[in-house]
Amino acid sequence: MNRSSALALFSMTLLASACSNEANTNLASGPDPKLPAPERGLFPSMKIAEPTAWGDQKPTVPEGYSISAIATDLKIPRQMLVLPNGDILVAEGRGGSAAKLKPKDVIAGYIKAQGNTKVKGGNRLTLLRDADGDGQYELKTVFAENLNAPYGLAFANNKLYVANQDAVVTFDYQPGQTKAAAAPVTLTQLPAEINHHWTKAMTISPDGRYVYVGIGSNSNITERGMEAEVDRAMVWQIDVTTGAHKPYATGLRNPTALAMNPETGQLWSVVNERDELGPDLVPDYLTSVKEGGFYGWPYSYWGQNVDPRVMPPNPKKVAAAIKPDYGLGSHVAALGLHFSLPTMGAKFANGAFVGEHGSWNRDNPVGYKVIFVPFANGRPAGAAIDFATGFRDANGKTRGRPVGVTVDPRGALIIADDLANTVWRVVPNR
Amino acid sequence: MSTVTTASAGYVRAPGVLHTILLAGSVSLFLGALLSDYTYYNTYQIQWSNFASWLNAGALLFAGLALVFALVNLLRARPMAGRPLNYFVLLLLTFVIGLVNAFQHAKDAWALMPTGLLLSAIVFILICITAVVGLNPRSGGLK
Repeated sequence: MNRSSALALFSMTLLASACSNEANTNLASGPDPKLPAPERGLFPSMKIAEPTAWGDQKPTVPEGYSISAIATDLKIPRQMLVLPNGDILVAEGRGGSAAKLKPKDVIAGYIKAQGNTKVKGGNRLTLLRDADGDGQYELKTVFAENLNAPYGLAFANNKLYVANQDAVVTFDYQPGQTKAAAAPVTLTQLPAEINHHWTKAMTISPDGRYVYVGIGSNSNITERGMEAEVDRAMVWQIDVTTGAHKPYATGLRNPTALAMNPETGQLWSVVNERDELGPDLVPDYLTSVKEGGFYGWPYSYWGQNVDPRVMPPNPKKVAAAIKPDYGLGSHVAALGLHFSLPTMGAKFANGAFVGEHGSWNRDNPVGYKVIFVPFANGRPAGAAIDFATGFRDANGKTRGRPVGVTVDPRGALIIADDLANTVWRVVPNR
Repeated sequence: MSTVTTASAGYVRAPGVLHTILLAGSVSLFLGALLSDYTYYNTYQIQWSNFASWLNAGALLFAGLALVFALVNLLRARPMAGRPLNYFVLLLLTFVIGLVNAFQHAKDAWALMPTGLLLSAIVFILICITAVVGLNPRSGGLK
């Protein structure tokens, strides 16, 4: 039994100061992560972010880059979209209505809430505009409101696609517009019962014909029953003209961000894996999403590693499970993914930026940063590089938590911070 | 029933109404947890596991309050030995194992099995013995 975790269950004060061992190793990263044996004491190991303000501080970025806050006082910013004219749309909100089924849910819900913002989600899209191109986004205005926990955003052919937690809706969009002209039109209803994992990530095919929507599982590991998992833990392909959908890939526990590799046109996703198997299991991952592919959840993880918590077992599904492409580390909570462009500078020209919200199920926190995974020939090539850090301060308090990351084609990385309710912009110095 | 409180050697009070309700109630709550666990074990239907968690939590609430009565009972006993001590120790043991079982039941899905079922069975047997010791008027103290 882990004593510091036992205390953590009962005392938020102790939570912050317990477990100060900073041996911050997380071996479960890269294309072939090391997977220790599962472990689970009487208490799960936990450490919750204790929020503090940024003050004058900013995230740390690589030499030759600078960072500034381009919008503050948002209402839980999650994902962003850069429109053709350079305007940025920010989706704001918090979803989920999962009932507390066990005494554990009541306690864990309270504890995890300590690490999040107290602001109420905006359920809206905010538009940011830098009209004169000086890097200051002087216009901040509400583009659309009364949405339902909007998250995924996509744009093509003068249509804006918004993935609410219960439906994909569309807006007509003309260049330069700062406010939606009409109420949104529903394209397709999405699975929304319980919504334990409520975020609906979205991206669009290069030809604009399909949107892809990530639908997370309705539990950590089937503890809400198998019936709750119908149409969950998968990526849907939706035809934008008819709204017809089909499961495109399955067994992806919580695909929290989707992106097209501009080099290959291949769909990629970051996926948050299961908890409560120990601090170094299971690695969250970055993977290409193959049509018809099954990625293991709930029966197995990282290929054929069977999860004994799922009964009855399903050896056929275990055998069929695809091993993901690239481990990001266990519990880092990757929530953002966007591929880079040469305008980001030579070192970061080809690869994927990943926003890591940060862990709770681990004594030594991991994540809480934005990393860059270098690519070559459309595949991950080499170790991940820290791109934006400093989201936790020297005293172990948390200033911010990265969510969505979006590359502005003009040469900037936009980062949503849903703890500080801020949008950051990183640019190469010129 | 006599309410004489003369402190004579070996004298202890019989459990009062509230104490009795708490102790006897925890017997049936622990039984409910055991039966729910047994059904989850046989069906994989997760709702039974949810029932077991709440029944065990309710049992712990009742047993925990009964434990306070048992402690007061013990502190008033002269000498602090024999049945009042046995009753308190048995109830404390039941409560502690029940608490461990509560955390076992906080594990997701099948992770709580088979340990959860085993603990529920042990706790149920313990609370039955505890209740017999604690509620029997002759063993409870009225001499």
